[in-house]
Amino acid sequence: MTVDLFVPCFIDQLYPRTAFNVIKLLEKAGVGVNYNPEQTCCGQPAFNSGYWKETKTLAKKFIDDFPNDRPIVSPSASCTGFIKNYYPDLFKKDDSSFSGYQRLHRNLFEMTDFLVNQLKFTDFGASFPHKVCYHDACSALREYGIRQEPRLLLSKVKGLELVEMEETETCCGFGGTFSAKFTAISTAMTEQKIENALKTGAEYIISTESSCLMNLEVYISKNNIPLKPIHIADILASGW
Amino acid sequence: MSKTKNIFISDSEKIVADLKHRNTIKFNISKYDAAVEKGVQRYSNLELARERASFIKGQAINHLYEYLIEFEKNSTRNGAQVIWCRDSNEAIESVKSILVQNQASLLVKSKSMTTEEIDFNEHVEKIGVETLETDLGEYIVQLAGEKPYHILTPAMHKSRHDIADLFHEKFNTPPGSDPQFLTAYVRKKLRQKFRTADVGVTGANFLVADVGGIGLTENEGNGLMTVSFPKVHIVIAGIEKVIPSMKDLGLLWPLLATRGTGQQISVYNSLITGPRKENEADGPEKMFILLLDNGRTNLYQSDDRYEALKCIRCGACLNVCPIYKNIGGYTYNATYSGPIGSVITPFFKGEKEYNHLSFACTVCGKCTETCPVKIPLHNQLLLNRRDAVENGGDFVWNKGMKAFSYTFSERKRLDRFNGKMKNTALSLAKNTLGKRKSLPKVAAQSFSKEWKSKQ
Ligand code: SF4
Repeated sequence: MTVDLFVPCFIDQLYPRTAFNVIKLLEKAGVGVNYNPEQTCCGQPAFNSGYWKETKTLAKKFIDDFPNDRPIVSPSASCTGFIKNYYPDLFKKDDSSFSGYQRLHRNLFEMTDFLVNQLKFTDFGASFPHKVCYHDACSALREYGIRQEPRLLLSKVKGLELVEMEETETCCGFGGTFSAKFTAISTAMTEQKIENALKTGAEYIISTESSCLMNLEVYISKNNIPLKPIHIADILASGW
Repeated sequence: MSKTKNIFISDSEKIVADLKHRNTIKFNISKYDAAVEKGVQRYSNLELARERASFIKGQAINHLYEYLIEFEKNSTRNGAQVIWCRDSNEAIESVKSILVQNQASLLVKSKSMTTEEIDFNEHVEKIGVETLETDLGEYIVQLAGEKPYHILTPAMHKSRHDIADLFHEKFNTPPGSDPQFLTAYVRKKLRQKFRTADVGVTGANFLVADVGGIGLTENEGNGLMTVSFPKVHIVIAGIEKVIPSMKDLGLLWPLLATRGTGQQISVYNSLITGPRKENEADGPEKMFILLLDNGRTNLYQSDDRYEALKCIRCGACLNVCPIYKNIGGYTYNATYSGPIGSVITPFFKGEKEYNHLSFACTVCGKCTETCPVKIPLHNQLLLNRRDAVENGGDFVWNKGMKAFSYTFSERKRLDRFNGKMKNTALSLAKNTLGKRKSLPKVAAQSFSKEWKSKQ
C-alpha cells in the first residue's frame, strides 16, 4: 500500500523532525510513503479567522496537491478534521472543487487513527522510559473523534508510564489567532493546563497536535517549567 | 478597534489574573458538573433525547409565525392579553402603561433574563414602582447592586462567605451566617412582599401554542407565588420560546433541568393558561403576555444562525466553556454570556460592537457537544467571524491574512526565506503572544526543503 503524506504547515515550518518520524513509522508498518513537496497549508488559520476567500485559495491548492485516490495520512487531527468538516462550507455542490473535496474526505486520516483502525499496527517496538501525560486536543477529541487510539499506541511503548491529568479534555488555550488576539485569556488557559500536567509528576506532555504543543512550549520556555511537550509520532519513533 | 472590544480586552486581562474569581467559579461549576454528570446517566439514550428536542425546537422555529399566531389565539381565548413588542422600547412602554393603569407601587419578579435584556428594573423604578427580585440568586445580585452573572445561576461568582458578608452589611445578620439561615431569612422577608405586591412579573420557559399557556420552571416556588398573589401578571418572553404542544413539555422540561442542574426535573413546573376564571378560587385578575422580538428576527433571517433560536437557556454551554470559566459573566458586557451569548449578542446589540465575542473563542467545541438542543454553537461563531470580515474586518488582520494566503499559496514563496530569517521577522512582532509566552522558533529548514535535499 502507498499513502500520501500531508505535513501540516506547523510541522513543516517548526517541527520537521516529527514529519520524518511519521515516515519512519509508516514505513515500519509496511506502507510506502509518497510526499508532494509543493503542499503548504490546508487553510484552517484563515478560515478560523473568518477569511473565507483566502481559505478558498489555499483549499483549492490543497485539493490539487493531493490528486490521488488513496489514503492521505497526516500527524494532525486538527487539519484533517478541518478539511473533512469545513471544506463543504467553502464549495457549493456544483463547484468543480467539490468532487476533489469528496476524494479527500474519503481518503484523509489522522495518523493514530490510520495506524490503529486501518493498518491495525500498534506496536513499533518503541521504548521511552519516562512518565508522561496525554493532552486530549480539542480537535482530536471533538472535531475528529479520537480518544483511545493514541492511548493504545502509547500503551505499547516500553518503559512509558502514562498518567491521566485532571481536565485532560480542556482546551490548552491556543485557538490559532485567538492566542494572539486575546493573549491574557489564552495564557490563563495554558497556565492551568500546565498546572494540571505538572500535578501528575509527568516529565512529558504528549499530543497528536503540534499546534497545541507549540502553544505549551512557548509558555514552558518563557517560564522555565520542567515539562517537555512532545508529539506522539516522536515517542513512537523512539528507541529503535 | 471598537470601544466595546477594548473594554472586553482590558476587563479580561484583569479578571483572568484574579485567582479568587477563578477558584470560586471553578468550585461552583464543579458542583454543577458533578450533578449533571449523574443526572444524564438517567437517560438510556441521551443522544436521542437531544435530537428530539432539537427537532421540536426546530419545528417551532421553522414555523415560528404560525405557532406564534396559534399561541396568541389560544392565550387570548384563555383571557390573557397578548402584546407584540418589536424592541425593548415598545416593551417598556407597554409595561409602564400597565403599571400606571393598575396603580402599581410594588412589583415582584421571578427570574427572567428577557427582562434583563430590556433593563426592566431600571426603567420601572424610574417611574416610582419598587421592583423586587424573588429568586434567591437574583435577590442576592439585586441586593449587591449587580446584574446576573450567569443566565441560570445569577450569583455564581459569589462564595457563601461573600453572601454572608453581603447580608451582614445590608441587614446586619450575624456575620458568617450559613446558607440555611440566610435562605430562611429571605423567605420570611419575601412572604410579606408577595402578599402586598400589586403586580407579578415572570418570563416564560415555553410559550405553549396548542393550549395558549406559558410553561414556567423553577426550584423555589417564588415563581408560583409571583403568579398567584398579585392581581396582575405580566409575562415577558422572547418570540423564540414558542413550542408546538403541551406534549413537548414531557421531553423539554426534564432535559432543561438535567442539563442545567442535573435534576431529574425542576421542583415546580407550572403551565399557566390565562388569568383566574370565574369559577376559580385564585390567580391574577389580569394577565398580559409581552412577546418580544428585540433582534430575534435578525437571527431568524441570518443563514444558519437562526438555529440559535432553539436555545432553551439551560446555561450548560456557559458551564463547560473554558473562556467563560476564565473571564466570567460580566466581561461579556451583555445580557447573555458564554457561547450562546457570543453567538446571539451581535444580532441583538450590534454586529460592529459585539463581533469580538465571536473571536474570543478557541473553537474547542465543548459547547456544541453539550447543548441539549444541539445548536452547533462553535460553528455559528465561525459564521459570525466570516460576517465580521465581510463587513470590513480588522485592518491589521486583513493585511496579515492576505499575506498569509499569498505566501502559502506557492511553495517557493514559503521557502524563499530560511528559518533564521523567519525567526528574525517573528521577533520584530514582539509580544504577539503576550508577556508570559515566548515566540515559537521556526526550524532552520522546512520539512519540504529538507526532504527534497535528501532525495
Ligand atoms: S445554547 Fe444550548 S447549552 Fe447553551 S444555554 Fe442554550 S440550550 Fe443551553
